[in-house]
Amino acid sequence: MNPFSRGKWLALLCLLPFAVFFIIFQIAPLAWVAIHSLQGESGWGLDNFSKILASKFYRQAIQHSLEISFWSSLFGILIAVLGSYSLQRVDSRLRDFVNAFANMTSNFSGVPLAFAFIILLGFNGALTLALKQAGLIEDFNLYSKTGLIILYTYFQIPLGVLLLYPAFDALREDWRESAALLGAGPWQYWRHIGLPVLTPALLGTFVILLANALGAYATVYALTTGNFNVLPIRIAALVAGDISLDPNLASALAIILVGLMTLVTLVHQWLLKRSYHVAR
Amino acid sequence: MSRAEPGRSAAYHRVVVWVLFLILLLPLAGTLLYSISTSWSASLLPSGLTFKWYVALWSDPRFLAAFAQSLLVCVGALALSVLLILPLLFVVHYHFPKLDGLMNILILLPFAVPPVVSSVGLLQLYGSGPMAMVGTPWILIGCYFTVALPFMYRAITNNLQAINLRDLMDAAQLLGASTWQAAFLVVLPNLRKGLMVALLLSFSFLFGEFVFANLLVGTRYETLQVYLNNMRNSSGHFNSALVISYFLFVLVLTWAANRLNKDKT
Repeated sequence: MNPFSRGKWLALLCLLPFAVFFIIFQIAPLAWVAIHSLQGESGWGLDNFSKILASKFYRQAIQHSLEISFWSSLFGILIAVLGSYSLQRVDSRLRDFVNAFANMTSNFSGVPLAFAFIILLGFNGALTLALKQAGLIEDFNLYSKTGLIILYTYFQIPLGVLLLYPAFDALREDWRESAALLGAGPWQYWRHIGLPVLTPALLGTFVILLANALGAYATVYALTTGNFNVLPIRIAALVAGDISLDPNLASALAIILVGLMTLVTLVHQWLLKRSYHVAR
Repeated sequence: MSRAEPGRSAAYHRVVVWVLFLILLLPLAGTLLYSISTSWSASLLPSGLTFKWYVALWSDPRFLAAFAQSLLVCVGALALSVLLILPLLFVVHYHFPKLDGLMNILILLPFAVPPVVSSVGLLQLYGSGPMAMVGTPWILIGCYFTVALPFMYRAITNNLQAINLRDLMDAAQLLGASTWQAAFLVVLPNLRKGLMVALLLSFSFLFGEFVFANLLVGTRYETLQVYLNNMRNSSGHFNSALVISYFLFVLVLTWAANRLNKDKT
């Protein structure tokens, strides 16, 4: 063996520990889930999936997951778009400060966030009381679908700003000036220049927000102690709950969750290909 | 990128940015106020201010144990990540640049597969048998390695590209260093700062991890987030003090990472 190939073999050997750990903690669990999702009571097959689709309870979980993810991603991205566009246009001190703050709040999610919202918007929350006294709301239930959408939206905003802020760099100021010189109003500018240029970034961010919300477990678990019916809660209840354990059914639900996320990503890829501004 | 905007639109953008800031601040500010108030219920403002909740929290042995255990698990996971990812990156970039494409797909997996999905398999595979790890901190360390992987891999890759790994290695070897010497004495010191930033940021999000900790280990090795969740039935003020203490800790870490990042340029 010549020394060159020995070096290569040594190098490959260096990859081994990484491969072992990655297989143990990432690949193997996923493979287990994929295989066992196909194992029903009567052997191999799609039993688990047909059971899920036949059950009103699990269909509701899927529907809730999709609704909450969609609306929170939509509101989150709207606020993030308005915010990051304005962030680019204020003086650098305010910009850096708010940017850094958004960065930090992106770590404020899960259990601590749920607690903060209970204090603020729970049945006796300060904001709930203030809004009630002002006569703006009759009653507010944080532990409902609406409540969860608000809570999810909150943790989507920092992530949205983080991802979208750099995208606005692509909008060149002279385009706006040229458009204005050629007689375009702000509306026309956005319709024909701004939005088309931003579309890939907006789509990409939306997909990441959707995936983020679909897989979120900690926040909704901490808020409702696992009583609100969404997919991640159902999956966890089937493997770590106290009543009925069914790892195979949990696997099938998990595959549905991953499948939904994959579907969203595929649609995103397809839209990107159709979009006119992506360089070919 | 600062542009002078004429009066009205400048004012609009300032207002939007301030509103964004206030939205993000509101839950934190509310929790902070709650954590230093004596009691606050059925009224707009608290009735008095106190630090007793913080004193109670920081003298609770269960909290201190959870804090220490969180620290241990995160530090352990990051040490493991460095040990596994640095050689990997070095080998991929120096010997097999073509593997980078494959790696970029593999590191998407921890992103694409939510922890709750992995947990299903992990619980069954390592719940019993020769590799029984469920309920011990070891399984958390392994899982947190996968959580940190995408971020660490990207961050260190950017750094490696910035320092021109190949030129640096060639120069060191020309001067008589072996591959090992060049890697440890020349490349590693050049990566130190970028690595520190990546570690601090990874630490701040691992410290907030709840799903794996709760499903795989729970109270058998209680981390801070699990403790927080288990304290749900205690006083809301106490919990607020806990949330604020946690957030301040993470704040200091991210702030340090930002500072380091700025110094670099």
